[in-house]
Amino acid sequence: MIIRILGQGQFEVKSSLFDELNVIDNRIVEYVTKGDEKEYKKGLAELIGLILREGKKVPDEELIESSVIVPPNDMTLKEARQIFSSEGIFKG
Amino acid sequence: MSLLNRMGAVITAKVNKIIGGMEDPRETLDYSYEKQLDLLQNVKRGIAEVTTSKKRLELQKAKLVQSSEKLEGQARDAIQANREDLARLALERKTAIDSQVEGLDREISTLETEQEKLVAAERRLSTKIEVFRTKKETIKAQYSAAEAQVRINESFSGISEEMADVGMSIERAESKTEEMKARSAALDELIETGTLEDFTSQGDPIERELAKVTGQSKIESELARIKSEAGK
Repeated sequence: MIIRILGQGQFEVKSSLFDELNVIDNRIVEYVTKGDEKEYKKGLAELIGLILREGKKVPDEELIESSVIVPPNDMTLKEARQIFSSEGIFKG
Repeated sequence: MSLLNRMGAVITAKVNKIIGGMEDPRETLDYSYEKQLDLLQNVKRGIAEVTTSKKRLELQKAKLVQSSEKLEGQARDAIQANREDLARLALERKTAIDSQVEGLDREISTLETEQEKLVAAERRLSTKIEVFRTKKETIKAQYSAAEAQVRINESFSGISEEMADVGMSIERAESKTEEMKARSAALDELIETGTLEDFTSQGDPIERELAKVTGQSKIESELARIKSEAGK
């Protein structure tokens, strides 16, 4: 499974990692809803750390699509909230 | 919906916009290639901009460090002349300046990170563009429109996704640089008018009060240090 961490490129991970990522993802959503910045940041760092640890960097020469897109590691809680609202954080 | 799903949707929307309505993929290939080169230029401009901003902050920092040293000297002279009141005044200003220097250090390191990210993005993108160019030429030479469509689809989505990613990185780096530019202009003004001690950083009233208390104890300990160095 190919994962793109925005700002860092693509990583290939075992598909079995998906469930683990999902669990962290759900927790992050909870923190964003609650507005808990500290836990949100920790969750995002954990998510990205897991991918970097378990994944293999996809060579720059590869032109492939990713199945999962992970936000940049410095995305703020405010930006995350905008992603969830219809405003959209990043102009289309 | 999960954060990853939302993020995926944001990127898909961007990719679709980049791919647009392609009819004969062979023509779209050239058009996309032009876009890729434009984007590469944008990354280069972005890097230059971040570098300039960083240099500006470094200059500002050097200026502030110099004033801090000067004030320290004045405090010493004041102690020699038995004017503790003047020494205290100098140290008050010095503490205010030192906290600005700390703030600048943080901003400089943020810009450094942005710079590194963009340099890495430039490297990735330029490699991918080169691969894309080769593929595009092969496909144009060997395949009919229908076949080309199939052959190019994945590489096309792949490079478009990279373009969406890089475009976003540039946008974010720009907004960070803009923010710092505004703050740095405000700081410049304060340095010039010499009213730096009035500069109240953001934060709630409690934080500001706490900062004052910490500042006060810093002033006292600096005063004690200078006094003992002067043998007084």
